[in-house]
This record gives sequence, structure tokens and C-alpha cells, in this order.
Amino acid sequence: MKQFIAFIKKEFHHIFRDTWTMVILLLLPILMLILFGYALSTEIKSVNIAIYDPSKDSLSEEIIRKLESSEYFNIIRMLDSPFQIEEEFQAGNTGMVLVFCENFYKNTLSKGDAQIQLLTDGSDPNTAVTITNYASGIIKSVMRKSFASNPDAIRVNIITKLIYNPEMKSAYNFVPGVMGMVIMLICAMMTSISIAREKETGTMEILLASPMKPLLIILSKAVPYFFLSCINLLTILLFSVFLLKVPIAGSLIALLTVSLVYIFVSLAIGLLISSITSSQLVALLLSGMALMMPAIYLSGMIFPIENMPRGLQIVAQIIPAKWYIVAARNIMIKGLGFSSILKEFAVLSGMALILITISFKKFKLRLE
Amino acid sequence: MTVITAENLTKRFGDFTAVNHISFSIKRGEIFGFLGANGAGKTSAMRMLCGLSIPTEGTGHVAGFDIYSQTEQIKKNIGYMSQRFSLYEDLTVKENIRLFAGIYGIKSREIASRTDALLQKLGFMSERNTLVQRLPLGWKQKLSFSVAIFHEPKLVFLDEPTGGVDPATRRQFWELIYDAAERGITVFVTTHYMDEAEYCNRVSIMVDGRIEALDSPRNLREQFHSNSMDGVFQTLARAAVRKGD
Amino acid sequence: MIQVHNISKSFDSLQALDDLSFRVNEGEIFGIIGPDGAGKTTLFRIMTTLLLADRGEISLNSLDVVKDFRSIRKIIGYMPGKFSLYQDLTIEENLNFFATVFNTSIEENYHLIKDIYVQIEPFKKRRAGALSGGMKQKLALCCALIHYPKILFLDEPTTGVDPVSRAEFWEMLLSLKESGLTIAVSTPYMDEAGKCDRIALIQKGRFLKIDTPDNITDQFHLSLMSVKSDSMYPLLKDLRKIEGIDSCFSFGDSHHITFQANRLQKDEIESILRTKGHHNIDIQPIKANMEDCFMDLAQSEESLKGEP
Repeated sequence: MKQFIAFIKKEFHHIFRDTWTMVILLLLPILMLILFGYALSTEIKSVNIAIYDPSKDSLSEEIIRKLESSEYFNIIRMLDSPFQIEEEFQAGNTGMVLVFCENFYKNTLSKGDAQIQLLTDGSDPNTAVTITNYASGIIKSVMRKSFASNPDAIRVNIITKLIYNPEMKSAYNFVPGVMGMVIMLICAMMTSISIAREKETGTMEILLASPMKPLLIILSKAVPYFFLSCINLLTILLFSVFLLKVPIAGSLIALLTVSLVYIFVSLAIGLLISSITSSQLVALLLSGMALMMPAIYLSGMIFPIENMPRGLQIVAQIIPAKWYIVAARNIMIKGLGFSSILKEFAVLSGMALILITISFKKFKLRLE
Repeated sequence: MTVITAENLTKRFGDFTAVNHISFSIKRGEIFGFLGANGAGKTSAMRMLCGLSIPTEGTGHVAGFDIYSQTEQIKKNIGYMSQRFSLYEDLTVKENIRLFAGIYGIKSREIASRTDALLQKLGFMSERNTLVQRLPLGWKQKLSFSVAIFHEPKLVFLDEPTGGVDPATRRQFWELIYDAAERGITVFVTTHYMDEAEYCNRVSIMVDGRIEALDSPRNLREQFHSNSMDGVFQTLARAAVRKGD
Repeated sequence: MIQVHNISKSFDSLQALDDLSFRVNEGEIFGIIGPDGAGKTTLFRIMTTLLLADRGEISLNSLDVVKDFRSIRKIIGYMPGKFSLYQDLTIEENLNFFATVFNTSIEENYHLIKDIYVQIEPFKKRRAGALSGGMKQKLALCCALIHYPKILFLDEPTTGVDPVSRAEFWEMLLSLKESGLTIAVSTPYMDEAGKCDRIALIQKGRFLKIDTPDNITDQFHLSLMSVKSDSMYPLLKDLRKIEGIDSCFSFGDSHHITFQANRLQKDEIESILRTKGHHNIDIQPIKANMEDCFMDLAQSEESLKGEP
């Protein structure tokens, strides 16, 4: 145990004393998050909207007035019939169409099933989501004000609907995606490089020729990066919630649990890489090319897996990031419970178990 | 004709004086041994002479060029070989020669004819298309020296050229050096083998950034009452104060 | 005690070690001496349980390097050739770390490293990366000694280190030997042979000779003379042209020539050289040093194998 602690202490010295390691560990996740965050979200001021309002009552007009006065929206046309909606989108200069139901105010009061539809252009899903969020925010605030005396009476269904991309494929994907990438990067790349460095400088020879158990050597290599990954996970979550306003809709505990399993998978991959390479450069290239590329392109983070050729779809199934991103998205974005990610959880646990076993088996007691 | 002159050459890093007012001059065709313990300041001094670092103080000329303002011309007129970097391991013998000759601007036709002559002389003709990484160390070092002087520089810097080489090849290597010196190339060499210091026309010994002795090996041995250069070196270097770097 | 029997090892097409056998007695300094690429490092890695040999057996204090590698790892100290410690840890941190790895503490075996450690102790807060070659070497030795090993393996500990540090290092080894340690050390520097009790000369994976340094130099069978004159390089070329001289190499301030005994006389050589215009000719019969022996043995080995 003393050996183990001494080893971990030494590992932290390596990390804290190398400026570049620190930069990569701490800044890279944030940088990636911001990069992907802003690369995928577009400016959403002054979006052109059209409105179809068959009820034309005081409440619907109040909502329209509020939308008009907000800096986000420009009402460019009041539609006369629902058939003009399609035409409006095809013309291409409308970002959203607001559709009130008939007798909006009356329905709100009596039946409690008043409807507003927010139709957005799903070909740019990220913008679409942001617009609908703003719009529903405004609608809700109007409602709250109008029924301030009796808030329980509010019964409005805001139905958002994406035209052209109804399943809303890559919306919010980047936060789970960046988490998937960063964890893989920190765990796999950093562990494999740090082991390769010991091989390059010859210190691994000493450690192997010492009574220290090889198993202990790998474990103590993995622990510091496990901690750092946890810290990174938290930074990413904090940043995405407070800076990028991506909510964690579901259970935080479920999200953390599945993340931990994913961290184990990534660590095991890092250890596996280090057992087959002896130079830092090869470790870097291997983890960079063989892990990062698939994690970005084949995990469904950027390109929907369903649109890939069949061969790549199969390949995508063995990429841990794919499963992790699906699970994280279900919890964070869709707000589903743990039961919704049982499959992903099982697959990741299985991967972790297999990979850790292999990397322990493969770790050499000798130099070759 | 002098090829190197240095006067009060000094290099400071912060408040640490790596090279402390060294002065010497080296004639054309001379083999000059530049000795000193690890950390005595040899590398810093050599970098200044090669035009790779600007001195803090003092003046110096290498191959007729000023070491402050004409570093580019210096680099064109010197050859350099060290134990660590010498040749591209994944290129063949011939490709390496071609590459380095090309870097120094030798014309293609001349490269071709002289390459063959060089390979003949070294006895490497049968290995000309072998990857350098497959050659024994001694061969690599001989080749790397030949490449360093392929463009017939006025001066060649050799940084511990024979470390780890077997005794016979080490001597063949020195014969290449003698041969180059005979053709008028000045040789500036550092080594940890004290018997190699004896091969030099003159030797300087650096201690704590200063040159503490500079003369022919024979005179140095007499001056320090020792029968070998190793004895001379030990006497001087053991007096060093600076050990921690 | 180290016992090595018929060890062979090859990497792909390269025969790194070819049927090596030797024995290192308790409390002995055994030197393995030869140029880079001769197979020294491979041999050390096999002895320290880091590589498996293709053939042959090795036992250290009666423990087998393959079967009992775990027990062996407790009783050996090893300083690999390219060992550079943890550059970003201080002297003290490095030493503490290795002490813990070996389940001990600096205090426990301080007496063993004391003489060496006091030399670097003033710099104990300095990072290993900022140390000179000689100091790094001392620290590395301390790290290899910290657990009081029975057998010490030093792979090229003096390579790239200046003559003063080299001399100091050998002084340290001699005093360690006093405390009963068995030491196997490799080096490319032939002049270090004399510090060992016994040596093996190695070239291209084969031993040329195993014996005490004195026995090896005594057994030199050719006539050997040193020759000097005013112009050394022309002298070298001229000596090589003299019929009857087998080899001629420069050795510091003189050239060494070898020839079959009785084939040439000193006066003969001197008169030939004089006709070639040499002045101040000085020819002396001398005793062979280790390099003379190595070159001669390597030469015979090569011609034995029928290679150029």
C-alpha cells in the first residue's frame, strides 16, 4: 500500500510539474466545449418568424406583442391559413412559425387544453432548439402574468415540432460528445503516454526489475488519471450548465455512474495501448488517430449513425464513445431515467470488464 | 592562417557564467582537442563558435566571419557532427550523402561522382543502398564524419564522435580525421577518451567555464608532471568547484 | 553468485548473444567489456529477468531467472544503460520513491549509500533533470543500492561521463565491493578493465575471452612495440607499408605495431623509417594493454569466422 501511494504521489508530481500536461488536462476540455458549443450554435438574434392566429383574442395578441418586442424575433408575416406554413418555410427566410389554436383564450380558461405549435426548421437543429426555447420562455411568462392570481389554472400545451428533421438528431449532442471525447483523450492518451515515457527513459526497466508487482504499476498509473477525468467531467458539466445553458434534465447520479464506467473503459484502452507501444510518439499517434477520430466521426456526435453506410454502422457499435454519448444524451437532454440507459450501461460495463482483463493480461512482466 | 579566433568570449545565463572569458586561436589544418568535465562549459562555448548562440561578451571569428553578425556564413563554412544526431537512420547511405550534400548546395553531377569516390575510400561500395540503421555503429560514425566534411568546409566540429565505438574502428575514425586535417580542414573535437587527446596537435582543458590549460599534449604532460593526458585532466578537473550542474 | 550457461538470444535475423557462459563469484566485480552493439545490454536484461533467453540458463544465488524471477527481483539492484531517473522529480524524491518501491526507506540502508549520497545531498532539492552527468550517475547508483541488493547490475554506468566522474565512480564501486556486494558491470571503455577482478571481452554477441585483466594482457602472443617520430600521421602510413608488420594503430602519442616474434628487429624497422625521412624515431618494446588485446582477439575471431 505504501508503494502504491508513493507511486501515485510521484505520478501527480509528473503531472503538476509539466506545464503542457497541465494545459492539456485543464484547458483542453473547456476549450473543446467552447469550440464545439459556439461552432454548433449560431447567432439567434432577430429570427424571422411568421404567425398563424385564428383566434385573435386578447391573450394570443398579448403573446404576439411580447414576441414582437423581444430582441430575438422579427414578425415578418401574419398568415391567413395553415396552408401557407409550408410555403413560408420553403421560401427560406422564416426560422419559426407560431400556430395558435382556435379560441385560444377560451380554451385556456375552460378546457385547459389550449395549444400553441412552434414549428421550426429542423435542418439546423441547434438553432431550432434555441429558438423554441426562447419562444416558449416568452409564452410561459405571458401566461404566468395573465393568470398570476391562479397559476394552477394554466393549461397550455406548447407543442414544438421540427420540420424536415423531426427526430431532432444532433441537438445538444455536443456536450455529451465533448464529454465522450475529453474523457477518452485524458484517460487513454495520457495514461498510454505516461507509461510509454517510463519505457523511453528506462525507469520502467527499474520498476520491472524491482519487487513491485506489475499489476500495482498499472493500477497506480491509472488512478491519477481517473481522478483527473472526474475533475474534467465536473468542469464540463459546470461549464455546460452555466455557460452554455445546457440543462441536465435527468438524474445527475445516473449520469455520473455511466460516466465512471466510461472512464474505466477509456483507462483500460490507454493501458492496452501502452502495452503495445514503447515510445511516447507512437502512443500519442495511436490514441490520437485510432481513438479520437472514431470518437468524433463514428460515435454519432457529429454525424447521425443512421445515415452512415452499413459497414460503418457496424464499426460504430464497438466504439465506446457511441454508447456513452447515447446514454449521456438520454439523461442530460431527454431527461430520461436510469432505466432508459440500461442497455448502454450494460454494454459499457462489459467493455470495461473485457478491456481491463485484457490489459492486465497483456501487461508484460518483462520487456518483451 | 587562423580559422578560429576567440577573445574573452563569455556566455552568461542569468547570473550563471557558463563560459568565462576564454581566448584562443586555431590555425588551418590543426586538430584541436577541446576537453573539459561535464558541465565545464564546453557545449556553450561550441554553440557560440558554430553560430548557434550569441556571446554575452568578447569577440570571435570563425572561418573569417564574425560570430555575432555573420552566423549564416559561418554555418555554410563549417561541418558539424555529434554522437547523438548524425544521419537519417531510415535513409540509405547514398541518400544520406545526397541529402546533406544538397543542403550545402553542391551540384548534382559533382555529388554523384564524389559520392562514388567517397564510398570507394570508406569501403562502403557494397553497402551504398543499405539503410543507415542497419550499419554497425562504427560505420555510421565514419560515414557521418565523411558527410560532415563532404562540402569541404574550412572547419569541422566533432562532439564526442567516438563514444561506444570499438577500439579498431575508433582508430580508423581518427585516421579519417588525420586525413581531413592533411587536406587543410581544421578539426575541433571534444572527447572523453584521454588517449584521443594525445592525437590532437593542441589541447585545451576547460574547468568551471575557464580554459585552465592550452598547449600540445606533450607540453601539458611536462607542465603537469604526468605521463598521460588522463593525469593532466584529472589534476585540473578535480579542482573544479562547479559540480552541481 | 551469478552462473550463466550457454545463453543465446536473437532478435529477428540478428544473433544478439551467441552461446555465452560465465560465472561471477560472490563479492567480485565482473566486467563485460565491448563496443556498442556487442550485446551487453541484452545480456544484462536477461540476467535481470527483463528478457527471456532463447536458450540457456542463468541462476543468481541459486535462483533461476525464469522460474524464480519474483524472488530475484528482490535481491538485485539494476542500473540500466539509458536510465535517466525521473527528470522532473528532485534527488530526494527520486530516492524516496525507489526506496518505497523496494519496501524500504532511505534511513534503513543509509550506511550503504552514505559515501555516495553525501556528495549529492547538498543538491537534494534539485530536480534530476538539472544535474550534471556525474551527479545523475551517483543518484542512479544510490537508487540501485537503496534496498541493499545482494547483486548489483550496472549497464554502462560510465558512458558519456567525463574522466573525472568515471574515476570517482570506480572508486565508489571498489568501496561497495568491500561491503560484500557482487557486481556485474558493462562498459565500452577498455581502460576500465583493470578495475575489475575478472572481465569478459565481448564482440558481436560472442565472448572473445574471459579472465583476469592481467592474465589477458599477459597472454598477448605477438611482439608489440610503440613507435614515435616527429610526424606521426605519415609515420602511421609508412609503418603499414613495412612487410612483416601485422597491424599498426595509433595509441595516444605513439603508434603500436604488432608482428610475429622474430620476424622483425627493432633496428630493422628504425632503418627503414629513417630512409623514409623520419626524425627522432623512438621504438620501444611494450606490454600490451587491453585495447591491443581486444583488437587482436577481435581480429582472430573475425578471421576464424571467415569474414573480412
